Amino acid sequence: MVIYLDNNATTRIDPAVVEAMLPYLTELYGNPSSMHSFGGQVGASVQDAREKVAALLGAEDTEIIFNSCGSEGNNTAIHAALAAQPEKRHIVTTAVEHPAILNVCKHLEKKGYTVTYLSVDGRGQLDLMELEAALTGGTALVTTMYANNETGVIFPVEEIGAIAHEYGATFHVDAVQAVGKVAIDLSTSNIDLLTLSGHKLHAPKGIGALYVRRGFRFRPFLLGGHQERGRRAGTQNVPGIVALGKAAELAQRDLRNAPKEAWLRDCLERELLANIPDCEVNGGGSPRLPNTTNIGFKYIEGEAILYMLNREGICASSGSACTSGSLDPSHVLTAMGLPYTILHGSIRFSLSRFTTESDVQHVLAVMPGIVEKLRAMSPFNNDQAEWLQERDVAVAT
Amino acid sequence: MWDYSEKVLDLFYNPLNQGAIENPDQPDVAVFYGEVGSIACGDALRLHLKVQVSADEILDARFQTFGCTSAIASSSALTEIIKGKTLDEALNISNQDIADFLGGLPEAKMHCSVMGQEALEAAIYKYRGIEVEHHEDDEGSLVCQCYGITEPKIRRVIIENDLADVEQVTNYIKAGGGCGSCLAGIEDILIEVQQERDAVPGRVAAEIAIAQIDETAAPRHLTTVQKIKLIQQVLDTEIRPILIADGGDVELFDVAGDRVQVTLKGACGGCASSTATLKNSIEAKLKDLVLPSLTVEEVPAL
Repeated sequence: MVIYLDNNATTRIDPAVVEAMLPYLTELYGNPSSMHSFGGQVGASVQDAREKVAALLGAEDTEIIFNSCGSEGNNTAIHAALAAQPEKRHIVTTAVEHPAILNVCKHLEKKGYTVTYLSVDGRGQLDLMELEAALTGGTALVTTMYANNETGVIFPVEEIGAIAHEYGATFHVDAVQAVGKVAIDLSTSNIDLLTLSGHKLHAPKGIGALYVRRGFRFRPFLLGGHQERGRRAGTQNVPGIVALGKAAELAQRDLRNAPKEAWLRDCLERELLANIPDCEVNGGGSPRLPNTTNIGFKYIEGEAILYMLNREGICASSGSACTSGSLDPSHVLTAMGLPYTILHGSIRFSLSRFTTESDVQHVLAVMPGIVEKLRAMSPFNNDQAEWLQERDVAVAT
Repeated sequence: MWDYSEKVLDLFYNPLNQGAIENPDQPDVAVFYGEVGSIACGDALRLHLKVQVSADEILDARFQTFGCTSAIASSSALTEIIKGKTLDEALNISNQDIADFLGGLPEAKMHCSVMGQEALEAAIYKYRGIEVEHHEDDEGSLVCQCYGITEPKIRRVIIENDLADVEQVTNYIKAGGGCGSCLAGIEDILIEVQQERDAVPGRVAAEIAIAQIDETAAPRHLTTVQKIKLIQQVLDTEIRPILIADGGDVELFDVAGDRVQVTLKGACGGCASSTATLKNSIEAKLKDLVLPSLTVEEVPAL
């Protein structure tokens, strides 16, 4: 039995989504661009999916461009925003973005752009004064996430957008973690461009979408055929698009029926904190996604916790250095200025509509024992030990 | 997921020898510990040893580790390996021995085995009253600012583990794994070590000379001139490159019978572990490669 609490990494494809997409992997293989009714019926399904995705976002169907993934959406959005105002060479983003934003920005810095990385406080929140101070008439783009993938902390995107527009900058939002989890209405929004990814909301991997506000001077990133009204070349991933449409429909239904995720998350969080000493919720003081909790267990290391959880059939993730593939702990938690005792022992549980009460019960049953076992092995047991912070220059950057 | 061996997972889920050691206050028994790492680095190990003083033998070893799966397994493996060994034998254990005991470690996790080896060294040096921490780190320039790693330490891990590229160095001792600004510096050190290796045909010559002597005379009998020549050769090819890598050096002063007199130079001269260097590496090497009856003593530099 697998208890899957890693839904911010990826989600299970909803069975209804699989059912909806299957015909397009078998009989309905026509090309939606074809001038025959065999392809044409597929084209109609693509249009249907587009309307469903638009409905979830409060957008118009013509504002949705299907693409391959969140990274593509982010690359495209940044490219489009810079192309729309080519004379401006400044970008504002935040220190806690996903690599699909940060690494594009670093690349652009080498190409002569200036990038401001806004800091966050201990709750993972931005200082809007800092944003305002960073903006100039030369700022082409403000790009921030809607909600953080590691902590679930939600940024005040409408306020950010309003400030960005005051200075004539385009506002892009990486909403990969937010779409389907919180209600979004782009019809009354300051957001110009918004990225979403299918596999975060129970559609398969390999499908995503970019919202482009009507009237925005869009320039395509991928050049070629005239698909997606000339805004994204490449034969459409029809099964993926149909799946994303179905997933959007289900997400909208779930948003209406107050989801049990938030209740289960709160229960998990409250009980873990009550039963395990020396732990705290990262970003706990901020508005957060209803499905995410990120808890720092002091004096022990995240990868070790994950392997212990794995043996219990529980899937979670960690911001510790040992799990990142690099040697540094999570850039998000580091940017929040959290102490090392928290950084390396942080575990993220992210729930979904498939999470059950018994899943949460199981975690609550095993977690105290796991923490106790690892703490019994650890040489640390309080924050006073000199040993704790030595070489603190090390990771302070 | 990491590709951990069965042994790593077994020692992680069922660790042997975790915890501290109570001091029994018995005569002839010493209890002490050594520590490396810090919570900032993401891993730390406190290794506890219980030693029979007269026999210099490890009676018990336990660990307290803050770290990942392989850090805990490496610590546990280390305690299993060193129990029953003398301290000198224990000092000869390399990080590779720990990795081998575990049935191998993923390349990116080799630094866990290095941490074990360093904690062992720290514990024994502390017990012997030799400067405790990072004896080789005190000298030499800092290369990796992020993890506080010096050039001698990087050289040492390259030589001991026969490393060929920067990524391996990062995997073994983390150097270069932070901001990455020292990667070019590590590359330079790799190239230098490689060049030094290539430039030691003398080493081969010495091995041949030793081999020839072995063949012609057993038990070995050397004339004084042969003896001095051979000692000089072993010093030049086997010992000095390692000391130089650590910022030190040694010079042959005189040979009187079986008493080899040397002068320690550079970092070795003022190094608190010079006695250990003298006995553990120089004398052992000379006994091994020249004559078992040799003893080494230090004479002050003129």
